[in-house]
Amino acid sequence: MPTPTKGARLGGSPAHERMLLANLATALFTHGRIKTTEAKARKLRPLAERLISKAKRGDLHNRREVLKVIRDKDVLHKLFAEIGPFFADRNGGYTRIVKTMPRKGDNAQMAVIELVADKLVTTEAEAARGTKFAKDEAAVAAPAVEATEEAPAAEATAETEAAAEVEATDEAKAEKAE
Amino acid sequence: MAVPKRKMSRSNTRTRRAQWKAVAPSLVACSNRACRKPRLSHVACPSCGQYDGRQVVQPA
Repeated sequence: MPTPTKGARLGGSPAHERMLLANLATALFTHGRIKTTEAKARKLRPLAERLISKAKRGDLHNRREVLKVIRDKDVLHKLFAEIGPFFADRNGGYTRIVKTMPRKGDNAQMAVIELVADKLVTTEAEAARGTKFAKDEAAVAAPAVEATEEAPAAEATAETEAAAEVEATDEAKAEKAE
Repeated sequence: MAVPKRKMSRSNTRTRRAQWKAVAPSLVACSNRACRKPRLSHVACPSCGQYDGRQVVQPA
């Protein structure tokens, strides 16, 4: 069971914090990168990553669960159609927080929170190396069956060709005999 | 209502205020070789906008 959050909420009340974080999450998924105070970014990160995990599962139940937070249907579609599949190979850590210079007006600590745009190093290396995995072999196995079916046919044609050659040699012998 | 019983002496006031000190921020040189300007550590560089070799913000 997750530990309850202690202390004051962002914006004053729990409801205000929920709405504030929902709006921040919507902005993050719309723009891919937002600048906010560090405290808000740190609160937003677990929420946003939970939403992306749900988007990766991608079924109707999870879509409705996410819709409780992200009320904009355009952003919801983008999350499930683009952002979720993009993070298919990454297990958590979908966002990155980088601290920036404090705000001018009140000297508040500011940060940039962004969706991690680059692929995993291992994924890139495996793509470059052309590594084949057992989980991909299963997909290849189905075409392999078709290949084996083609093979006897090829042998059959080879046999007919061989027979033709034999006939040809017989004819040649006959010519020589004449 | 609670009120002060005695006047705060000039000495006591000044002794208290002598403890208000500003601390210089600890700066490090930017890791971007084209920049090398001093910046706060663990914070994106305000002059070139990079952090850890990645462009994070547009410099002002």
